[in-house]
Amino acid sequence: MAQTVPSEAHGHDAHHHVETFWSKYVFSTDHKMIAKQYMFTGLAMGAIGAFFAYVFRMQLAFPGMSVPGYGMVGPNEYNMLVTNHGTIMIFWVAMPVLIAAFGNFLIPLMLGCDDMVFPRINRLSYQIFLLSAIVLICGFFVEGGGFGGAWTSYPPLSANAKYNLTPLGQSFWLVAVALEFVAFLLGGINFITTTMNSRAPGMKMTDIPMVIWMIVIASILFMVSVGPLIAGAVMLFMDQQVGTHFYDPTTGGDPILWQHLFWFFGHPEVYVVLLPAMGITADVMATFARKKLFAYRTVLYTAIGTGVLSFTVWAHHQFIAGIDPRMAHVFTITTLLISIPIAEMCFVYIATLWGGSITLTTPMLWALAFVAEFLIGGVTGIFLGASGADIYFHDTYFVLAHFHYTFFPIAIIGTYAGITYWFPKMFGRMMNDTLGKIHFWGTIIPFNLIFIPLFILGAAGQHRRIYDYSLFPELATPELQAVRVFATVSLLVMLAFQAVFIFNFVTSLRRGKKAGENPWKANTLEWSAASPPPHGNWPEGLPSVYRGPYEYAHPDREEDYWPQHLPN
Amino acid sequence: MSARPIATTRSTAGMPTGRLAVWWVIASEIVIFGGLLGSYIMHRLNHDAWSNHAANTNVYIGTFNTLVLLTSSLSAVLAHKAADAQDGPKAARFLFLTMLGGATFVVVKAFEWRMEIHHGFTITANTFWSFYYTAAGLHALHVIAGVIIMGIVAQQAKKNLELHRVELIGVYWHFVDVVWIFLFPLLYIAK
Amino acid sequence: MSDEHHGESHQGEHDEHGGTHHGNYVKVWAILVVLLTISVLGPTLEIKIVTLLTAFGIAIVKAYLVAKNFMHVNVQPRFILYLMATCLVFMLLFFAGTAPDVMEKHGDNWSKLPIDPSIEYDPHDAHH
Repeated sequence: MAQTVPSEAHGHDAHHHVETFWSKYVFSTDHKMIAKQYMFTGLAMGAIGAFFAYVFRMQLAFPGMSVPGYGMVGPNEYNMLVTNHGTIMIFWVAMPVLIAAFGNFLIPLMLGCDDMVFPRINRLSYQIFLLSAIVLICGFFVEGGGFGGAWTSYPPLSANAKYNLTPLGQSFWLVAVALEFVAFLLGGINFITTTMNSRAPGMKMTDIPMVIWMIVIASILFMVSVGPLIAGAVMLFMDQQVGTHFYDPTTGGDPILWQHLFWFFGHPEVYVVLLPAMGITADVMATFARKKLFAYRTVLYTAIGTGVLSFTVWAHHQFIAGIDPRMAHVFTITTLLISIPIAEMCFVYIATLWGGSITLTTPMLWALAFVAEFLIGGVTGIFLGASGADIYFHDTYFVLAHFHYTFFPIAIIGTYAGITYWFPKMFGRMMNDTLGKIHFWGTIIPFNLIFIPLFILGAAGQHRRIYDYSLFPELATPELQAVRVFATVSLLVMLAFQAVFIFNFVTSLRRGKKAGENPWKANTLEWSAASPPPHGNWPEGLPSVYRGPYEYAHPDREEDYWPQHLPN
Repeated sequence: MSARPIATTRSTAGMPTGRLAVWWVIASEIVIFGGLLGSYIMHRLNHDAWSNHAANTNVYIGTFNTLVLLTSSLSAVLAHKAADAQDGPKAARFLFLTMLGGATFVVVKAFEWRMEIHHGFTITANTFWSFYYTAAGLHALHVIAGVIIMGIVAQQAKKNLELHRVELIGVYWHFVDVVWIFLFPLLYIAK
Repeated sequence: MSDEHHGESHQGEHDEHGGTHHGNYVKVWAILVVLLTISVLGPTLEIKIVTLLTAFGIAIVKAYLVAKNFMHVNVQPRFILYLMATCLVFMLLFFAGTAPDVMEKHGDNWSKLPIDPSIEYDPHDAHH
């Protein structure tokens, strides 16, 4: 980003921006820099989460042996590793990368703005987010170690150090999560307000690219669902540190209250991360099929409907927790119903591709993989949504494989699709497509080889959150142990291939082919700005919009794309 | 302070950006307090014995504090009216009155709690009192935060700067008042 | 939600906020004080239905008055009202889904009896 030049189109006071290292990289209020801060923080936390997965999978494959690069894994360490793997991947990887990074980068650019409406609150939300990550990591090093009560943090285990054995870690974890919530509430308000109020002249609501809609709907879902959990977290903190008994059944409290407070948020949360990934997939597919997104309005209403429905399914996580069985009937029906709009979205993707002129670039491969892998996740969710089947499957590896077949496409495939697609705009250079494809196959194939075995283990009755299955004779058979080893080895292969991505990313930053404004010949507004866009995005004047975002292969036009900002 | 992006000045939703954002803040706060109070109500309805505990709250102090907050809402909206008439110093004076109301509320509450703790009604005495202190405490934190932000807005208004913010902090303040309008009967009256 | 560019506007003078809609705020305040008094006196009669109406019914009325007259909800664009209403509806949904469990005192094979009867003990619970 070059030094800015004062311009009337800027809206800023006509003063010269003198940028120091600190004002440009650390304390920037520019949405693009904040986006990159979120992205790199999220990816770094992803490396930590992946490392934890490596360690606990090594323990499961070779129980009792010292894990190279870590050491011995006892039961408490194991619990801490699985707890924080989940917590980190959801709150410090999926959300910051998919929502905060892509949202921050794309919303002003795709809407034709010079920045978010509240740049300083934007900066503050990143700072709070960074603080939350620091607090979480500090919690690993305090006396007693990091919290190990699962990412769901159920009391009484999570409420009392005499059970969870992590008197400080329990609260570091909780405070970190609470700070992350505050950061995303602030960020979400910025996103929603910018999208509602600051669109380019001429941009109707149906001219907004689908990825922006999805990020905004996700932000609204997050905001509405997180409230009760914040209340619950305050109560849990009180139980942990002040000695109250909100969740203590011995004194009239109720642990199931926490479960409801948590999952009332927890279920919409998965759609909070799903919708942006679906939005990225939609935009990538339209560009590389050279075809309009099929049934834009239907997708939009479906996304909104899914969001609303997502508030009615939460207790399917609690089927065998002792909830009222009549409520289980209700939640089974709603859960099975919510599969319909999601399936419909998958049909929309297929319809978008049908008859399109498809180019299998790296981003397109990721987008296609998203749909294929998520389908498996969605279908296996049906088994779990039926409360009868869930009696068997709950708390087994079947659940774990199901949610990795949904979360991995969301957090990992969606991220890679977005990064490989928008890297040219963010950094002004192209990534190497061959390395991208090697990385793609080296991730997708092992991914399936990790988690299909886990379905098998789950169906065989292997329950979750156990650090050593040799303690259970029926699960310690040589066949099942061989499956565990196979899954772990596949993980090692998959992790090794991530080095290809890192290499590609770092070398492309310096030596990638210069990208130009619109290397993919796409329509949306961000591709009409320079690559990377300067401070203020369009110093020559903000664009207006004349058509929808997906006018590809339009009959009235010679070229197969028709950017939104061109008058004709 | 006034280097704002062009984006902030647009209003395709039909209202100024700041006001739109404050309403979204209110929305997020409704669900936070809603979750907490909903949890309290569930427990309260389930435990008839809690009315014995609730009998020990001081309805006179609660009523006085409600009156203070209602009056501070009046001065907040009068500040808004003054700001709309472009009279920054007058708006600032009304805002200072509102802040005084907020400070009074918090100080009275501090004495109230001191008295209750002295009588053994601590946060850990039983779950009714845990909810009492947590809910009223969370509310009081919002009062304090509101007073601080209001102070900043008032300082700017005094110099006839950023007058639109007078309305915005007012909307937040009225919401804090509304929460107390429900907290008051829930904690003090229902005995 | 209009398509047109509204131009630079901090104060919102283009919308309904013409500055002439400021009503008599002191009158509203006086009504609120009267309602407060009733809501405090009502429960002293110790009739349950009166307590419920005066304490909570009046709370709803007071909240409505503050929202309408002080927060000016009725002159905002309609979606603000829908947004607030939606949040309240979701809170009801949360209550409806959670209360059956939290408020259930006993099942077929269990009862929710605190182990330490001196705390939270309600003599009626034990007899079901």
